[in-house]
Amino acid sequence: MPHILTVDDSASMRQMVAFTLRDAGFEVSEAEDGSEALSIAENNSFDLVLADVNMPKMDGISLIRKLRTLSNYQYTPLLMLTTESSMERKSEGKEAGATGWIVKPFEPDNLVATIRRVLG
Amino acid sequence: MGIDVSRFREAFFDESEEGLATLEAGLLALENGQADEDTLHAVFRAAHSIKGGAATFGFPDIAEVTHHLESLLDQARSGQRRLGSPEINALLSAADCVRQQIDAARAGESVDTATLKPVLSALEGLHEAAPAVAAAGASDRVASASTTASAGVGWRIHFVPEPHLLKTGNDPIGILRELHHLGECQVRCDVAALPGLQELNPEALLLGWDIELTGEIAEAQVREIFEWVEDDCTLQVDPLAPTAEATPQAAAERPEQVASSAAPPKVASASASEQASIRVPVDKVDALINLVGELVITQAAIAQDSSGLDPVANERLLNGLSELERNTRHLQEAVMSVRMMPVGMVFSRFPRMVRDLASKLGKQVRLQMSGEATELDKSLIERLSDPLTHLVRNAVDHGIESPEKRAAAGKPPEGTLSLAARHESGQVLIEISDDGGGLDRERILEKARFNGIIQEDPATDEEIWQLIFEPGFSTAENVTDVSGRGVGMDVVRRNIAALSGRMDISSTPGAGTRLTIRLPLTLAIVDGMQIAVGDQVLVLPLGEVIESMQPRPCDIEGVAGHPRLLRMRGDFVPIVSMRARLGTPGEAPPLTESIAILVEAEGRRIALVVDQLIGQQQAVVKSLSTNFRRIEGIAGATILGDGRVALILDVGDIVRGLRQPQAA
Repeated sequence: MPHILTVDDSASMRQMVAFTLRDAGFEVSEAEDGSEALSIAENNSFDLVLADVNMPKMDGISLIRKLRTLSNYQYTPLLMLTTESSMERKSEGKEAGATGWIVKPFEPDNLVATIRRVLG
Repeated sequence: MGIDVSRFREAFFDESEEGLATLEAGLLALENGQADEDTLHAVFRAAHSIKGGAATFGFPDIAEVTHHLESLLDQARSGQRRLGSPEINALLSAADCVRQQIDAARAGESVDTATLKPVLSALEGLHEAAPAVAAAGASDRVASASTTASAGVGWRIHFVPEPHLLKTGNDPIGILRELHHLGECQVRCDVAALPGLQELNPEALLLGWDIELTGEIAEAQVREIFEWVEDDCTLQVDPLAPTAEATPQAAAERPEQVASSAAPPKVASASASEQASIRVPVDKVDALINLVGELVITQAAIAQDSSGLDPVANERLLNGLSELERNTRHLQEAVMSVRMMPVGMVFSRFPRMVRDLASKLGKQVRLQMSGEATELDKSLIERLSDPLTHLVRNAVDHGIESPEKRAAAGKPPEGTLSLAARHESGQVLIEISDDGGGLDRERILEKARFNGIIQEDPATDEEIWQLIFEPGFSTAENVTDVSGRGVGMDVVRRNIAALSGRMDISSTPGAGTRLTIRLPLTLAIVDGMQIAVGDQVLVLPLGEVIESMQPRPCDIEGVAGHPRLLRMRGDFVPIVSMRARLGTPGEAPPLTESIAILVEAEGRRIALVVDQLIGQQQAVVKSLSTNFRRIEGIAGATILGDGRVALILDVGDIVRGLRQPQAA
């Protein structure tokens, strides 16, 4: 069962994502900001990380940049969850090593479809 | 499948309220110049999160207002705009608006557009007046439809990824699979760039693909699949055959990129779980506290029953019992702490309130707060909000003078209002102090005489200050819509007394007023003194007890042989016989063989006369009014170690009763 890490400072959003993904049969861990996510990720091997962009302490883009430097996340799909679809943020994310992005708001079903697609 | 997002709404509401508080506090800090860059980011993030949540959980109207908030904040964040007072005002009213919307949404309603319109247009006006900003914020969606070309029999796709593609977590196989879902695919892989096996670097992607995709597929659909990688590859998408005319259904955006706010049916919100904290309904916590209370009672009963046991023969049992006692106490403390919340929850509303009030009254007020982290039982926190609000309003309205008056008195034009909370000897102290004009002794006396509150003037200032707590008392020259009509202070004191709290005032003319509120940490447990009256055991909350003594004949003052007053600590205080009060049958022992307990409530001291003191014990308070009905003079009941029920006295009630003429 693929193990997904969802990172969001908004509890409601995180719970919604986590619930949706668990309901779809994924194993889900949660973190509420980038630095927490990083420390959880270092001790685990997630198959996919879904990170909100705008977070306190460490934002999603910095998280992705750091994760990419870890040997077990070199090829892992790292997705940004963002409402800022301006190319600037996206390319910043891409530059940091993001696989792609999901734009908020989204339908839960579509989130699952996208993640299934990414995980193959 | 279909996940019902409405179950997360409650969490969204709570979080939005927290976000609004952050937003408001941040804006006020920005206005006062006390903010740094992090504040602005935190404020932006708060607006941003609410917007994202609102759109996700089906509240497009909230998303719209927060979108405007966010846009303006974004300009500030990127340094394109300075937040001056018109901006802060507009942002604060927008925040109010969002709060209204959240409240309405909680109730299943929505705020009408007439309310929203002025707020939105104010924000829009400011936003447009700014230097050109990327209007991208307005459309958070992927504009893919615009590039949609007509569909024909299919597409020829030339796809050569950059060697580093794998390191972005993207997988060309997945992309091919996606294309395959769209229609029939003929795939040719170009391996020309591959080096020999010896030089092969498995991390570099050196393949290219030519794909012939057949079917009635829009170009946008094809491009969408490559959306995440289009900067990391060479991509060409050409029609397979001469295109036919455009098909109407061509512009199909991928659904996951598109806003959707279809509101699913309402369902009661589930209790939400997070990693760092969990939200639990209060009644569950209360049930737990209640059970622990029972456990404490049982433990006390066992301790009492076992007190006569031979310590040598029963050493192991007694050791176990003392362990049990310690663990029970720790368990109780731990459970009680679950209900503890920082007093900052109440304080947080005041910066905004003081700001608005001060500007309405043409005053300059600086608010200082300290000790926001001081913890207090949740039920106390909730019930503290109204009285504190009233006191803060009063301080701004009546306490702090106008800048002119202050200048004339040689004070800085800006008044200071301080709110401080701290723990002190098992109680929580909250102080509200101002550097205003202080209470006007003469005017209070005049008013009290006029209203018939007093017949003769009290001796001390403390007693005079207490007069402002009398019902119907008000010294404000003009009734304002800020502090109301002087009906407040007596209600405030009653509210604080209902929390087993005490209020003290000190005031210096020209230098200010300080109100001190003392509260117990919790209402669920009370440190009590057990007293005996006849064959009844009663519990007196220790916080109200000052001292106890056996009266000497020379300290008793009487009228016609009936003792009325007792000298305690140099003052004569009224005597209240608990036997008389409770209607205890039997002959009362003479006063000199009884015990007098000096208690204080509502600023008055009385001597409660009881037969005997038994000792001190923590009592778990059980409500009489929920189990039976409210009885005057009784705060509740508790179960003693021996299983008997003891009533807990309400000293405030007894003191109040004395003021009625018939009880005097």
